[in-house]
Amino acid sequence: MIYFILIAVLFVLIIAAAVYAVRQKDLLYATIATGIISLILSILFFLLQAPDVALTEAAIGVALTTIIFVITVRNTVRMEEEGQSKEKFKSAVK
Amino acid sequence: MKKFVVILLLAVVGYYTADTFFGIGFGSPHFVDGVKAVKDVYITQTVQSLKVSNAVTSIVVNFRGFDTLGEVTVLFLAVTVLGSILYKKRHRVGDRSVLFSASSVVTAGSKLLFPAILLLGAYVFIHGHLSPGGGFQGGVIIATGFLLMLLAYENFSVGHSVLSVVESLAGITFAGVGLLGFMNGGTFLQNFLPTGILNDLFSGGIIPIIYIAVGFKVAAELTGVIYTVLHEKG
Amino acid sequence: MNDSLFSLLDYGVYGTAILLMLIGLYGALVKKSLLKIVIGLSIVDSGLNLLIVTLGYYKGGTAPIFSPAYLKHPTLMVDPVPQALVLTAIVIGFGVTAVALALVIRLYRHHGTLNIDEIKNLKW
Repeated sequence: MIYFILIAVLFVLIIAAAVYAVRQKDLLYATIATGIISLILSILFFLLQAPDVALTEAAIGVALTTIIFVITVRNTVRMEEEGQSKEKFKSAVK
Repeated sequence: MKKFVVILLLAVVGYYTADTFFGIGFGSPHFVDGVKAVKDVYITQTVQSLKVSNAVTSIVVNFRGFDTLGEVTVLFLAVTVLGSILYKKRHRVGDRSVLFSASSVVTAGSKLLFPAILLLGAYVFIHGHLSPGGGFQGGVIIATGFLLMLLAYENFSVGHSVLSVVESLAGITFAGVGLLGFMNGGTFLQNFLPTGILNDLFSGGIIPIIYIAVGFKVAAELTGVIYTVLHEKG
Repeated sequence: MNDSLFSLLDYGVYGTAILLMLIGLYGALVKKSLLKIVIGLSIVDSGLNLLIVTLGYYKGGTAPIFSPAYLKHPTLMVDPVPQALVLTAIVIGFGVTAVALALVIRLYRHHGTLNIDEIKNLKW
């Protein structure tokens, strides 16, 4: 019974992290959510009796992908900006 | 309007995909009794004729070894394209994207952890045919160790020419061992060394040699990627 | 009651993998910032790898490694061929994400913005 509850909690957590990563406006929080998705995916691979795949996903998804995303966010914008296209176009045409 | 059309399209695609996969079933055998599947041939040949403990390693290196050569080539191509897109005019050694060095806990701890991480990564790719692991896993662990040192200290640098030489030598070893198979057996990447006893370190023919070469190559490539990305100034 | 609870888990694994792919595709098609599109593509990769590994699982099977304990009591083994394919797919997915992020940095330096509507309006 408790086995079932633990696996159901893992499924709910991974879907919640994916929805949070797509809808959040602060881009740094979205990259942390992507790292959490890779971590829970590595646990699921271990439960499906695949240890090689779990090692690879934990090493590549959590460490290297997160550092590349964080350096990109640092070199570009931090918040996702929306709704400025029409104003800028009109002011540029004048 | 656009969001509504996208949600409708994704719902239709999701419904038909889910219908297909629920019809296949979860956990039940897919083949009729009596039909010899590919996985049965691979599993029995792994322990009887190759004498290797890890079935996934024997598939990746021996039975489907040409796909691994293609994957190593694609990774090399991606790293080259990344280095040529983020091109700066003059690569000075002192410029950093991270402007301050970390606190004293991180600097003291990473000096202790760095040899342990290197040892773990080397152990994982040398014993790839005996336990879960292999070339790709060990190479990524070594790259993570270098990332820790690059983030903790300001003036830690790895020579760019050393990384290029190690990566090129490892790639030449992989292709060279394949060509040696031509001269002895008859096909590319054929196993020509004698296979030893099960669960021994020197067993499985050319499998440990290829995995050691892949481990060095992946470690050098990913350290180069981290180094290029960290030296990027806006 | 035990049987029906665990059969809910069977549908749960397939449902999670397909739902991950759909959420990632939604993020890649609707969002306007270039970095969100790259995040969406990375989530699609993760969902697809989970789906392929789930296809090779047998109930009551064990990991495909011939340890000395296994050689004394042999039982059923899970399918090792999808695991070898997914090993390659994870590494190539990381390579594609790294090249896409390098392109995003270059585009930001040239245009000054990450909004795809504004980048389409500037004709040069």
